Amino acid sequence: MAEAFIYDHVRTPRGKGKADGGLHEVTAVQLVTQLLQALKDRNDLPKDSLDEFIAGCVTAVGEQGATLPRIAPIMAGFADETAGLHVNRFCASGLEAVSIGAAKIMAGAADVVVAGGVECMSRTPMGADGGGPWGTDPSVTFHTPFLMQGIAADLLATLCGFTRAELDAYAVTSQQRAARAWTEGYFARSVIPVRDVLGMPLLDRDEHPRPDSTLESLGTMRAAFEDMGLQYGFDAVALQRYPQVGRIEHVHTAATSSGIVDGAGVVLVGSAAAGARLGLRPRAKIRSFVSMGSEPQLFLTAPVPTCKKALCNAGMNVADIDLWELNEAFAAVPLQVMRELNIVHEKMNVNGGAIAFGHPLGATGAMILGTLLDELERRELQTGIATLCAAGGLGIAMVIERV
Amino acid sequence: MSEAVAYAVDADGVCTLTLDLPGKSMNVLNLALQSGLRAGIERALDDEAVRGIIITSGKPAFVAGADLKGMGGGYDFSALSDAQLLEQTLSLSMDLRRLETGGKPVVCALNGTALGGGFEIALACHYRVVADDPAIMLGLPEANVGLMPAAGGTQRLLRLIGIRAALPLLLQGRRLNPAAALKAKLVHEVVAREKLIETAREWLLNRCDAVAPWDKKGFKVPGGAGSLNAELNGFFLFNNAMIRAQSFGNLPAPEAISAAVFEGAQLPMDTALRLEAKYMVKLMRGSVSGALIRTLFLNKEKADKLESRPEGVEKVTYRKIGILGAGTMGAGLALHAATVGLEVVLLDRDQASAEKGKAYAMKRLGRDVEKGRKTQEKADKILARIYPTDLYADLADVQAVIEAVFEEREIKAAVIGKAMAVIPEHVIFASNTSAMPISGLAEFSVRPQKFIGMHFFSPAERMPLVEIIRGKQTADETLVSALDLAQAMRKTPIVVNDSPGFFTSRFIGAFVSESLRMVEEGVLPALVENAARMVGMPMGALAISDSIGLELSYNAGLQQARDHGVRTPPLGIIGKLVVEHQRLGLKSGKGFYDYEADGGKRLWPGLEKIYPPQAVQPSIEEVKTRILYAQLAEGARCFAEGVLVSVIDGDLGATLGVGFPTYLGGPFSAIDTLGVARVVAECDRLASLYGKPFEVPQLLRDMAAHNQTFYGLKAVLSPGGHNLAPPR
Repeated sequence: MAEAFIYDHVRTPRGKGKADGGLHEVTAVQLVTQLLQALKDRNDLPKDSLDEFIAGCVTAVGEQGATLPRIAPIMAGFADETAGLHVNRFCASGLEAVSIGAAKIMAGAADVVVAGGVECMSRTPMGADGGGPWGTDPSVTFHTPFLMQGIAADLLATLCGFTRAELDAYAVTSQQRAARAWTEGYFARSVIPVRDVLGMPLLDRDEHPRPDSTLESLGTMRAAFEDMGLQYGFDAVALQRYPQVGRIEHVHTAATSSGIVDGAGVVLVGSAAAGARLGLRPRAKIRSFVSMGSEPQLFLTAPVPTCKKALCNAGMNVADIDLWELNEAFAAVPLQVMRELNIVHEKMNVNGGAIAFGHPLGATGAMILGTLLDELERRELQTGIATLCAAGGLGIAMVIERV
Repeated sequence: MSEAVAYAVDADGVCTLTLDLPGKSMNVLNLALQSGLRAGIERALDDEAVRGIIITSGKPAFVAGADLKGMGGGYDFSALSDAQLLEQTLSLSMDLRRLETGGKPVVCALNGTALGGGFEIALACHYRVVADDPAIMLGLPEANVGLMPAAGGTQRLLRLIGIRAALPLLLQGRRLNPAAALKAKLVHEVVAREKLIETAREWLLNRCDAVAPWDKKGFKVPGGAGSLNAELNGFFLFNNAMIRAQSFGNLPAPEAISAAVFEGAQLPMDTALRLEAKYMVKLMRGSVSGALIRTLFLNKEKADKLESRPEGVEKVTYRKIGILGAGTMGAGLALHAATVGLEVVLLDRDQASAEKGKAYAMKRLGRDVEKGRKTQEKADKILARIYPTDLYADLADVQAVIEAVFEEREIKAAVIGKAMAVIPEHVIFASNTSAMPISGLAEFSVRPQKFIGMHFFSPAERMPLVEIIRGKQTADETLVSALDLAQAMRKTPIVVNDSPGFFTSRFIGAFVSESLRMVEEGVLPALVENAARMVGMPMGALAISDSIGLELSYNAGLQQARDHGVRTPPLGIIGKLVVEHQRLGLKSGKGFYDYEADGGKRLWPGLEKIYPPQAVQPSIEEVKTRILYAQLAEGARCFAEGVLVSVIDGDLGATLGVGFPTYLGGPFSAIDTLGVARVVAECDRLASLYGKPFEVPQLLRDMAAHNQTFYGLKAVLSPGGHNLAPPR
């Protein structure tokens, strides 16, 4: 079986997911088009070199809908023959796109694939696709009750006994690490400034981080999900599935939850032969990738079993991994993974995460994979895992190794 | 032509279909009415002389709903296939659809109450006029009996007023008076009763439209439908969560109604009607509606009408009663009795205490006036019926005495003696004790044959049940008078024989003590509390214990032990909290829970230090099973021992008195539904693991062996015999 290698990756900076956000005036297709052009230019990719563009996008309606990845590569100057595929596995979509690309290469079904994702949350808000059957459709929801993910995050924290102070401390560290990474220029190689319709630079830096966050400032914030939990019955529903809990402790705030942002990220994946043909040097080998489900109401706990399985498939152990990138959906998620897998914080999200940067749903998987690779290179380490939890208890993990 | 529906056509071509079931005071939707309606519809549509149709009723009410009595309780459709049951369920719906799409304008002249299927007939008419009478009730209350409208009710209502207005009405089964129905746009016009038919005719002759809004081209559900409507998405998200939070998945009707509305709104009408009926079939296949109907309607009605009362005994018409003790229970009883029209002598040891009891009534009535539930005049009249006093002589002309003083034998003995000395000889004396044996208390009375227990529940003005306890010497006439008093006080009576804890206290005790036992064993307190809620109990046993008061329970237990000659009994879980940790219950803010100022509560973490949690916790199903079956076994024992003479009283007492879940219909309904043999087998398994609380009486084994049940054709005979000797 062929092997799949990562040759390059780029991402946009993340703009605030609001009407005054730095990327609000740019459409999703423009974001990925600019990234595809950047990849094409800096790797001298011929027009007909790309077999397929695979992109994750969670709220794929309107301008983000109808297989946006079909038209984007054409916009970017690739050949009409380039296939396009839209992927949705909720927050895991960006990494799922890379997984599918890698699988196609390993199966011999493709040689060169660009995979990643995009989400302009300021333009196409979460839920604009109707949210799907789970939660709203009574027949589905009474069969398997639904929890809003913030309630699930507080439930997870309650089950694990994480205190408000522990979550806040985690968030402060995330902010500090993100600020240092930017100051030291760790992202310079991979962040492509986004340009407006005139080609003028619009945004060149992540907009969401709050580097001045402190334990004190975070301590004053309101619990974000308490009202929803108490007033709309979600706490009571949670206790029916987790009756060992006396009550849900509402410990997450907006500062310990991932932010809503706009952004895109893409990864260039190919076979060894394709790399040689195009004159590219592989930066990492994709060792394994796994998607799994876990208990859907708890929403957030798939990364542990998913990482274990991905490591097992790669013939590795937790100790073999040099760096971890786990999407910071909520602060309880990395805390739980670190505790369960016995990972020191010094190896986890070393340059911050979605609590600081924000989480453009469909794009994040590709972004953290790229961040992981950059940091392995900077530290001259070998192996890393990128992993995300996703709605409905889904999870994804990918093990890479530098070559 | 059927005699249930009269057919008349006038010179203008107006056909009037008058629903009028022969030999009944009320129209209910039974087969006779339905086939009469069908024949009338077909004839009117075929009759070339007819240009429009009025549907009205020949009874004071239009149609009161389905024939719940005819359906019976615990009904069984197992002989029918799904397809057969669906066709049967659809028959009225299809008749009404034929009426709606037959091409002739139809107006419903609602002369009286139209509920359930009755209101569904009205909804299928193109125009609805209702008489201006605030006593008229309109609505679709099927959810209250665990069912749903299945003759188009869910589909027409949502198309008429939109999902967000319709679904709450359907889920709560709300009944609206004509003014409210007009405001909610359920009816088109409210007119004076004498103008009802005239208005209906006038609409038919001058303003009619024979096509329903939803059958017009381009119709859209008001407020939208389908999951691309963001507002509706939020609505359903919260609707589904709230239902689940409250029902714990035990009530299928709100789920089926929500699903029929969510899905049906996106369908063309004819498909939607079939889907609605399919969800109804699912409900009819379940046990919940049968249990609800049997206990809360059929059996409750039997009890309220004193069906077991012998006819030979003269009925007492109560005008004035005495209540001894103006504490929480006495004051609540006084308020309630005065509210239902009785004069009340409210007696306590001094005038100030008696006045305090009346002040409670004043406070509650004041709130009613404030909220517009009562007029000041009415509240004043109620209040004027309460005479607070400390003079026993004021009891000289009462027709009954209810004693609600502190639960201590000495105090009770004193007031019984003093009251008995002044009340007339024929007057009954009822003790409201919740636990002290009635036969024992009767010994303080000079007329034990007039002594009886009437156990009301707190808050007395709201709780619907009274448990009447017959002591060893209680005379039949006394029991009958007590039943008459219960009826005068508009409470549902059950009758039980004397025994410690009678039925209800003993029954709820089984739930509470099994729960406490689990905590002592090291089951997580949260698991025990949540399991109770999931079974359907309104509160967990730890919360109940806190609200009763741990100190009170501890002292009662101590007293009981001393009565049995044990001077220093070992400390149980409640004793430990009270004695060793000074945790006295809700009133002190500290019990099994810590109570926060904002009304929140949190299980006291110290509990797990006293009773360390087992390393491997039982499954939630096992905890739920222990909570449920401890009660089922206790109920069966009460029946086998003759404490409970009738399972009807047992089911009513458990559900209306002490919070046993109504969806199960009561412990005896539940045993029938689960299957006696299965309950015996499960209790045997539990008894082998957890002992005595799950030991079932021989009676239950015999029932299993003979394939008997508590209800129905193979019902077991009551070992307790009858409550009353047959009428002379």
